[in-house]
Amino acid sequence: MRPRLVVIGNGMAGARTVEEILARGGDFDITMFGDEPYGNYNRIMLSNVLAGVEDESGIFLNDLSWYADNGITLHTGTRIDRIDRFAKVVYAADGTETPYDKLIIATGSRAFVPPIPGIHRPGRGYHQGVFAFRTLDDTRAMIRYAREHQRAVVIGGGLLGLEAARGLQNHLPHVTLIHAAGHLMNAQLNADAGETLRATIEARLGIEVIVNGRTTEILGKNAVSGVKLADGRVIPCDVVVVAAGIRANAEMAAASGLVVERGIVVDDRMRAQDEDDIYAVGECAQHRGETYGLVAPLWDQAKVLADHLTGVNPLAEYHGSRVATKLKVAGVDVAAMGLTEPERDDDESLTFAEPKKGIYKNLIIRDGRLVGATMVGDVKKVAFLMQAFDRGLALPEERAELMFDLGGPAGEVKVEELADDEQVCNCNGVSKGAICSTVQSGCRTVSGVMDKTRAGKGCGTCKPLVQRIVEWAAGGEVEEDPAASYYVPGIPMPKPELMNAIRVHSLRSVSSVFATLGGEEDAKSKMGLASLLKMMWGADYVDERDARFINDRVHANIQRDGTFSVVPQMKGGVTTPAQLRRIAEVAEKHEVPMVKLTGGQRIDLLGIPKEKLPEVWADLDMPSGYAYGKSFRTVKTCVGSDFCRFGVGDSTALGIALEERYQGIEGPGKMKLAVTGCPRNCAEAYVKDLGVVAIDGGKWEIYVGGAAGAHIRKGDLLTTVGSADEVMVLTGRFLQYYRENANWLERTYAFVPRIGIERIREIVVDDADGLAAALDTAMDASVAAYRDPWKDRDEPATPGQFRTSLPLTVLPQVPVRA
Amino acid sequence: MRAIGPAAEIPPGEGRTYTVDGEMVAVFRLRDGSVRALQAVCPHKGGPLADGQIDLKQVVCPLHLNAWDLRTGCSLSGQPDLAVYPVRIDDDTILLGD
Repeated sequence: MRPRLVVIGNGMAGARTVEEILARGGDFDITMFGDEPYGNYNRIMLSNVLAGVEDESGIFLNDLSWYADNGITLHTGTRIDRIDRFAKVVYAADGTETPYDKLIIATGSRAFVPPIPGIHRPGRGYHQGVFAFRTLDDTRAMIRYAREHQRAVVIGGGLLGLEAARGLQNHLPHVTLIHAAGHLMNAQLNADAGETLRATIEARLGIEVIVNGRTTEILGKNAVSGVKLADGRVIPCDVVVVAAGIRANAEMAAASGLVVERGIVVDDRMRAQDEDDIYAVGECAQHRGETYGLVAPLWDQAKVLADHLTGVNPLAEYHGSRVATKLKVAGVDVAAMGLTEPERDDDESLTFAEPKKGIYKNLIIRDGRLVGATMVGDVKKVAFLMQAFDRGLALPEERAELMFDLGGPAGEVKVEELADDEQVCNCNGVSKGAICSTVQSGCRTVSGVMDKTRAGKGCGTCKPLVQRIVEWAAGGEVEEDPAASYYVPGIPMPKPELMNAIRVHSLRSVSSVFATLGGEEDAKSKMGLASLLKMMWGADYVDERDARFINDRVHANIQRDGTFSVVPQMKGGVTTPAQLRRIAEVAEKHEVPMVKLTGGQRIDLLGIPKEKLPEVWADLDMPSGYAYGKSFRTVKTCVGSDFCRFGVGDSTALGIALEERYQGIEGPGKMKLAVTGCPRNCAEAYVKDLGVVAIDGGKWEIYVGGAAGAHIRKGDLLTTVGSADEVMVLTGRFLQYYRENANWLERTYAFVPRIGIERIREIVVDDADGLAAALDTAMDASVAAYRDPWKDRDEPATPGQFRTSLPLTVLPQVPVRA
Repeated sequence: MRAIGPAAEIPPGEGRTYTVDGEMVAVFRLRDGSVRALQAVCPHKGGPLADGQIDLKQVVCPLHLNAWDLRTGCSLSGQPDLAVYPVRIDDDTILLGD
């Protein structure tokens, strides 16, 4: 005979648990008892039914045929009075008795109705016009009654009370919400958030809100005519809805001898205390001191119970839920989770408030993890916050990103809502599905997945999204990648430590760094090390050509067809007819397939085969523009004061001087500069790694950390100086500080916010650390070591330096434009 | 087996492309002195693999930084595998084929 499973309670918890049991192939003879006369419905949606946005029929989860189809015996409208734990029998109010082998109690909770005088009428239950808000019958009766009346009072300003008040507005014109505590939703919100919510509810929804309002009496002889508050005020009304919280339905369990505190006490397997065969689940259960009034914990509990009961996973345990609350009221967005106030001295608390717009945001962070979040009026970031809260994810360095989208498209996407075939990395065409399957195949570090799939290895903008997908796919089992803090993946050291070791051991070549510090050479680390060593040793650097990326081996930028682009230097974007004529002649002579103006105000000759590079350079006889390296690129300028009628500073002269001095300096990333002659910013100086803006009075503003590529950021104002000479010095000093301290491939737009503009200003401008002289000296040495690489054309640096690597046939043919 | 050129043609840690019977072969000289030979064309987008950076284990295509195992030709980044060819150095000459 199949074991008999009896379920007391046919609400969301009872039915869900049975569904989970059936899904696991549980073989039981199931009998369910429901107090209400219906199949199973979604109680959460009652607010929507009241608000008129959902039809009654839409909220049923399992209709009666579901019970029949699954062989479940359902007794609706039947209340269980008592459990005989020893005889293993339950007794119903109608006198029937039902034996069980396993028993699940899912009796849920009921509305808590405070003992207010006048709320009940002897012999009739509630006073006429008074309603609780808990069941489908409550909701139906409330709607029917409200339609014929004018003024409603809702007692209780929690989640349910707010939803009830909003819903009632669809049925009558005046709604007043009375809340006994000092602010709305006091269980989930702090006072400021509650106050913001109150203002929004009043202004936007037109619901009158009374806080600190203790209802002392329900007035009215035959029907309700008003409520009286402790301060003597009387609020006239003809409908009263009580939404003052819930209480677990645990009396029957207590009377039957189970351990009951605020709910039926259960262990981590959802078993009632000291019972082998009795379980409790949902709102009637108390687990580790907590009772829950929300649906998410119920799903978790139902799974554990089913795992355990069916034996699918006898070790399954429920460890409690981290609950997040969302208010479902149209036009009023509220989400809250965890703490509402900092508890410890070192808890970080971040608050943003814009009361006029009804926006309040608060985050509480402990040891780098999110432990509380409140969002009122703007819940755009809530999906990420809930994940971060639930899984204890690492938080972005820039805390403001938790509250706002600071540019970059990756912020708002919900990982769980992305389709599997959705392209995540738009540079390398990697889908969410590809990332997930890589994680499932056992790769559990973000960098590992990036290596395997190439996701995030293009422009890098999608990296945060890739990280979140990996975290999501790994279900919180992401492994910290120690290499994330290394300067390059192949040497296990952060940059300062690495630089120190290089100095201590006097390592002047990339191969000696591997031999001394890394063990084995790593192709992907060579370029970063070459850049660092060149910066550190200048002329004493031992150049090994294999450490260079192909662009740096041949001083040109490799193109998709294996040819190269040649960009001659054109300082400050200023050229001459003679220079243009020469470029034109070279382009004609070598039949250059494309001549293109660059964004950095230069001329690009595209499609040059590698073996022709030295010849092209010789014919041009111009210095390299460095349009290929992780190095100082160009200084974009506007016309400036020579011709422009608005110009207040000689931007072209300063731009040319800057390019002249800092040309070709290598660094951890590209360095693009601009000088603009007035704040109209024609040269786009606000969005450069370093941008200089002339302002009236002969002064120059210096901005650092700007970007306008895949990432867009306005630079931070470093300082304002009175002369072009000072701009020259501070530019060199800032660039040197960046070169020495930025991680490999970390552009200034990431570096500057990481260090902080104030700190950079202290070092570079104020010389608070006394580093300025050393930075200037180091930069001077690098400038002195400069040599135009295109002069190396007569004698190849290595055998076959310019020999073609081009295959003969299969290359994609780049179309030639006429 | 055939001689395709002097070993000194390939600087340590770099690669060069050779045409052998109409096939393009990228030959790499590792920093430990040994040589490897693989198909010269990246199967992803046709990149010239001989222009890629190497270590003792892998070659990284210069165009999109896909990587392959130098010894087996197996992709390390989800691309098709590369053909590999037997190669060795004898008397400062690169010998390709069995």
